[in-house]
Amino acid sequence: MRYLCLLYVAEDTAPAPGTPESDEVRGANVAATGAMARAGVLVDSAPLHPVRSATTLRVREGETLLTDGPFAELKEQLGGYYLLECADLDEALRWAATIPAARSGSVEVRPVMKVEGRT
Amino acid sequence: MATVTRLVGDLEVAEDAVQEACAAAVVKWRTGGIPANPGAWLVGTARHKALDWQRREARRLLKEEAAVRERQGAYKPSRVGPVADDQLALIFLCCHPALDVAVQVALTLRSVCGLTTGEIAAVFLTSEATMAQRLVRAKRKIREAGIPFRVPRAEALADRLSAVLRVVYLVFTEGHRASASKELVRPELCEEAIRLARVLRDLLPMEPEVTGLLALLLLVDARRPGRIDATGGLVLLEDQDRRLWDHAKIAEGATLIEHALSARRGGPYQIQAAIAACHSTAPSAAATDWDEIAALYGELVRYEPTPVVEANRAIAVAMVEGPAAGLVILDAMAGDPRLARWPPLQVGRADLLSRLGRHSEAVEAYRAALSMEPPQVERAFITSRIRQLTAPESGGEL
Repeated sequence: MRYLCLLYVAEDTAPAPGTPESDEVRGANVAATGAMARAGVLVDSAPLHPVRSATTLRVREGETLLTDGPFAELKEQLGGYYLLECADLDEALRWAATIPAARSGSVEVRPVMKVEGRT
Repeated sequence: MATVTRLVGDLEVAEDAVQEACAAAVVKWRTGGIPANPGAWLVGTARHKALDWQRREARRLLKEEAAVRERQGAYKPSRVGPVADDQLALIFLCCHPALDVAVQVALTLRSVCGLTTGEIAAVFLTSEATMAQRLVRAKRKIREAGIPFRVPRAEALADRLSAVLRVVYLVFTEGHRASASKELVRPELCEEAIRLARVLRDLLPMEPEVTGLLALLLLVDARRPGRIDATGGLVLLEDQDRRLWDHAKIAEGATLIEHALSARRGGPYQIQAAIAACHSTAPSAAATDWDEIAALYGELVRYEPTPVVEANRAIAVAMVEGPAAGLVILDAMAGDPRLARWPPLQVGRADLLSRLGRHSEAVEAYRAALSMEPPQVERAFITSRIRQLTAPESGGEL
């Protein structure tokens, strides 16, 4: 089964790029990702640019409406994701607990729906 | 039920199938007699019904998908493992921490204990429709999120087991101090919890906390016959007629907790059982080993740093060092916002205050407890204490 782990962290508390703290966070992420890849559970993973870069789009009556910003303003923002291939929720939760963002923010684990005719 | 869940791989389908199989058994066994192995007959029939259902479902999907399902559902007798593992796996499934705790309790009562949705709705003070909805949602999450049906591996067992024990404990406390109903206790829930604890102990005999929980439930439940008087009123532990207690249960619980503690792997349920043993084996309230109880509560705070444990420690300290010493602890806790709606704290304060002769303050504390709307039987008890304290001829003497 595939599980999408959505990483929510408060952007304003994240260390600025270039600082030793930021390097440490990156190192921790590389280590976690590496372990997942070696175990063969990692399908894909990436950090996202901050929400200030987000554009939210709606199509209403044929017209495309754009909003500058995220879908919802939250205390913690979606900052990255991991797509994992695991046997069951227990395995997915075990790996999710190794994601550094779980310690500073939260990780939402969502089972990915299987769509007919696709893998 | 547990075995069928493993065979068909879906809790909801299994539940419906078992229900249908039982209905079929009522008809069939009446005319054809009871088969040699009724359990196997039920499992087999339920399995066929589940497979029928899954086949019908499968037909709505793509052809090859249906074929895969048929293959998966093909009868494989070699896969029928020990029933005990199935039951344990079912309990762990219902008590999975990815489910809300209240839902864990409800699902366990439904799928492990076999209570009806209506009975569970009554426990949770909600309508049958709401409870049915909640159970359906939980089963859907189990299926969609891929919550596994199996006994957790050794490294995860301790964590997962504590969730299971908590559910059993909650079933018992809901029965022991029924907040939902007019009666003070719901014996059927107490008995279900003890039955569950026994099953767990049979399945996991080497886990001292499991034995500790079973001992705790037996030692507390043994006092049930003395807790309620002839009019349905609450009787305090110190005033209970100890001859009414179930001494066979007490003996069993005391033996169990001794055995558990000898493993020297302590835990909160073992400590609580040891406390319950002090109470249940004491010849009278005065002859109770309050020193030991106060020490045990001090120990328990390390595992459960909750105000409830601290309040109980205060009562034990009051018995050893006098009411004033206990009152110091309780008064220090009265400002805790988590206890603002917890009647026992005020009842405890009121009791110590009245023993110190501070009757008007005691009445005030009892009234504060009443304003928090405790269960009806406790309300009656508090009202009678207020009457005693305010009756002019008694002089407030208790």
